[in-house]
Amino acid sequence: MMASIAMTTGFILILMGLYGALTNRNILRIIVSFTVANTGVNLVLVSVGYMHGRTAPILDGAVPVAEAAKRIIDPLPQALVLTAIVIGVGVTALMLTYAFKLYESKGTLDISKCRELKW
Amino acid sequence: MIRRFSVLILLLALGIIFANLFIGYTPDTELNQTARYYAEHTASDIGATNIVTAIIVTYRGLDTLGEVTVLFLTAAIIGLVLSQGNKPSSSLQRQLPASGELLTTGSRLLVPLILLLGAYVFVNGHLTPGGGFQGGAIIASAALLLLLTDPLYRFSRRLITIIESISGLFFIGLGILGILLAGGFLDSRVLPTGELGSLFSAGLIPIIYSFVGLKVGAEFTSMLGNLAETEKS
Repeated sequence: MMASIAMTTGFILILMGLYGALTNRNILRIIVSFTVANTGVNLVLVSVGYMHGRTAPILDGAVPVAEAAKRIIDPLPQALVLTAIVIGVGVTALMLTYAFKLYESKGTLDISKCRELKW
Repeated sequence: MIRRFSVLILLLALGIIFANLFIGYTPDTELNQTARYYAEHTASDIGATNIVTAIIVTYRGLDTLGEVTVLFLTAAIIGLVLSQGNKPSSSLQRQLPASGELLTTGSRLLVPLILLLGAYVFVNGHLTPGGGFQGGAIIASAALLLLLTDPLYRFSRRLITIIESISGLFFIGLGILGILLAGGFLDSRVLPTGELGSLFSAGLIPIIYSFVGLKVGAEFTSMLGNLAETEKS
């Protein structure tokens, strides 16, 4: 149940983010939309690793070493998503930097006014 | 009109694909082979209680090195792009309204505590949920608080460069030490694995993760500083 709620939310966030990125004209809104879609992808990935009735992959009093394989959820998607989040921050920072440079040279944030590469 | 329509068609198609994926998905009831290997062997081989940390730092340490490299490149490109064509306008002396008693005192109280929390999170990365990347982000949030209090505050570039270079060098140096003394590049078993659950355990993991935390914190801080310097008077 938990996993399906998280997965549905993730898919909806991806679709919302893509809709925002494709329909908005303001470049800052496009960047925000991309981060929303990024969050959705992370949520879907984490929910794939979830298993009902198990706990976090940390060995402590609740998870003895001998029973670890029966008590913990899949640790691999979590490690993957940690990487994805960090890279996502870097990508967002780069997009904001380029948006700033674009604003500096054009004086506008509207991408429909940037027509150099349009054909 | 046509544009919006085609966007909706595209999203509808994607939505159908997602719905099919969602309907066809059956959650696992058992760990798959890789995950079971990590669950069963982490405690005896690596000695870390947080299995995610063991995967990130030791089993897939090369990925983490690549990740840190990507972050470094991002910070470097941001600095390069923002400094291009910009005269170093040191005469930026805008008169700002004072930030207020609450914000000033609050940030003076909170910044050391946030730095301490960040250091705690990355030193205990092998025992508790947390680690270098999370701790580095917490440290950068202290830098962000400083910038909120005083938008004209500038971080020392020399300090950031020194921290970043030293932690990067140590990260790779410890990895090479793994080739010489243990099983391979970034193998953490150079030091004894120690008692499971104590602070000085899991071989090199706390040391490597601390350097990763310092490096990530320095990189995020330099990104924030570079973006803050674009503010015009």
